[in-house]
Amino acid sequence: MRKTMKGFLAGTFVLAFAPGLWAAKDVIKIDGSSTVFPITEAVSEEFMKSEPTQVTVGISGTGGGFKKFCRGETDISNASRPILRKEMDACLEAGIQYIELPVAFDALTVVINPKNNWAQTMTVAHLKKIWEPAAQGNIKTWKQVNPAWPDKPLKLYGPGADSGTFDYFTEAIVGKAKSSRGDFTASEDDNILVQGVTNDEGGLGYFGLAYYLENMETLKAVAVDGGKGGVSPAMETVKSGTYAPLSRPIFIYVSKKSARRPEVKRYVEFYIKHAQELVNEVKYVPLPAEEYNSVLYRFQKGQTGTAFGGKSEVGVPISELLNRKPKL
Amino acid sequence: MKIRKDIAQRKRTDKVFSLVGLIATLVGIVTLLALMIDLAWDGTARLNWNFFTAFPSRFPDKAGILSAWVGTGVVMFVTALAAVPMGVAAGVYLEEYAPKNVMTTLIEINIANLAGVPSIVYGLMALGLFVYKFQFGMSILTAGLTLALLILPIVIMATREAIRTIPGSIREAAFAVGATKWQMIRHHILPYSAGGILTGVIIGLSRAIGESAPLITIGALTFIAFLPASPFTGTFPFLSFEWLKSPYTVLPIQAFNWVSRPQKAFHLNAAAAGLTLMAMTLAMNGAAIWIRYRFRKRIKW
Repeated sequence: MRKTMKGFLAGTFVLAFAPGLWAAKDVIKIDGSSTVFPITEAVSEEFMKSEPTQVTVGISGTGGGFKKFCRGETDISNASRPILRKEMDACLEAGIQYIELPVAFDALTVVINPKNNWAQTMTVAHLKKIWEPAAQGNIKTWKQVNPAWPDKPLKLYGPGADSGTFDYFTEAIVGKAKSSRGDFTASEDDNILVQGVTNDEGGLGYFGLAYYLENMETLKAVAVDGGKGGVSPAMETVKSGTYAPLSRPIFIYVSKKSARRPEVKRYVEFYIKHAQELVNEVKYVPLPAEEYNSVLYRFQKGQTGTAFGGKSEVGVPISELLNRKPKL
Repeated sequence: MKIRKDIAQRKRTDKVFSLVGLIATLVGIVTLLALMIDLAWDGTARLNWNFFTAFPSRFPDKAGILSAWVGTGVVMFVTALAAVPMGVAAGVYLEEYAPKNVMTTLIEINIANLAGVPSIVYGLMALGLFVYKFQFGMSILTAGLTLALLILPIVIMATREAIRTIPGSIREAAFAVGATKWQMIRHHILPYSAGGILTGVIIGLSRAIGESAPLITIGALTFIAFLPASPFTGTFPFLSFEWLKSPYTVLPIQAFNWVSRPQKAFHLNAAAAGLTLMAMTLAMNGAAIWIRYRFRKRIKW
């Protein structure tokens, strides 16, 4: 009796491990950027209330997400930047076609201590002078940046080199992604940056707009002058495109093959139709309402490819972006 | 007179050392206590029924850790199931059977080195081996096996230490009455060393339960609002291994995600998740102490 029981158990075990039985069920698999995650989480939460389809969302970063996406392991990839050339090639090789859909804006905020009353508006040139690699060890006081500013020590706080925020800021300000001075307090945890600038009169840092909106009482946002006068970061200025160059669209990439599955199609349409309201709820900046119609149109037409041609671009207005014809 | 002075001097040294020892002990305990109080301060308010029975949500006050604590529990179960038999068998072999030669020494050195390999390396290895080669996918099974490999060196070394404390005379006595080597191990070595082995297993599992880096590499999720399939079914054969293939998330990943959110209310959730993780670790340790006590009672020498 004991022997049969053992044999039976072993049999079930072997059965469970047979590769043929590992087929996935109807799960919509999403992975990618942690910046886009809160929006996708909110959409998935609401979507699963409306129907029994199961949705899973992972955070392996924009790059890690595209790796899985181009191997065909996920249906949708969250991305805080456009797909790059080498990722396009990987997708092409695996025969994965994708539809690029902007879903919201992500805005970076440059913050200073509330006691700082001299640098409330800064030009891109000022910021470049502070953050470019040549500033390392040289630019140590505010006076060195602008002679009109006091001779107070300048303390810098920023995200670590692995973050998409770092890539975007350096590209928009210094002109080349990942090109930055290295002698600043770096942390992957934005809350530490908030604390640093809050406790340091000469402090300056940058991070996502949502962190500033949560900490408005202890921080001051710098109005950035991109050539047309200083513009403060806020929902309206980001939405209208005047807060440049520190705001950018963020995306979801939908695999064309997955989009043929009815539940994936329903999910993406649900995503676009509810984005306006849900993006607001998670404290990101939604696209202008009419642009979501263009996004929906692009999805329903199944226009594959990217509007960026494999490289990042700074300061493209969203309406122009959606008018471009995407290419694979 | 000189002798008295001498003795007094030595007694002073003794006191000084006991004080140093006490401080050293307190550093560890006080740090842990401070951490717990800090977490409890922030997190206790969130510890309610809903927190344990709800899935993640964009509303901090509605968000819960159901998928995370179930995931952690199930993954730990698979880890223990894989690591304990493998680790104990390897430990017994190395201690009782292996010939003392260069090969064995080499294996021993490598096991000791494995314990120092960063956990992310295990994640990368598992991604190639379990996820792609064996086609286990990004599943609970993959996670359990990966963490099992991670703690295997700890289990092996604890097993060997425990076996080494058993006096040689016990082995000789067993052989003297005609026991084979396996009978000697089965009836004497394993029962007597069970307490020590268990301690090692728990130390290993306590390390595994807090890991997040290797699990993210092999596809642990962050948002998942359903549970693994039930292991019991209504139809023949009544047992299902479907749950082994399920996607999952674990408590450290959920806590990390909440910590990195801007909203302060999510930070409180993270503290509450941290408290839960600590409670699970303590429960595991408690269970081990209890089982060890039971084993100790049965030993007659």
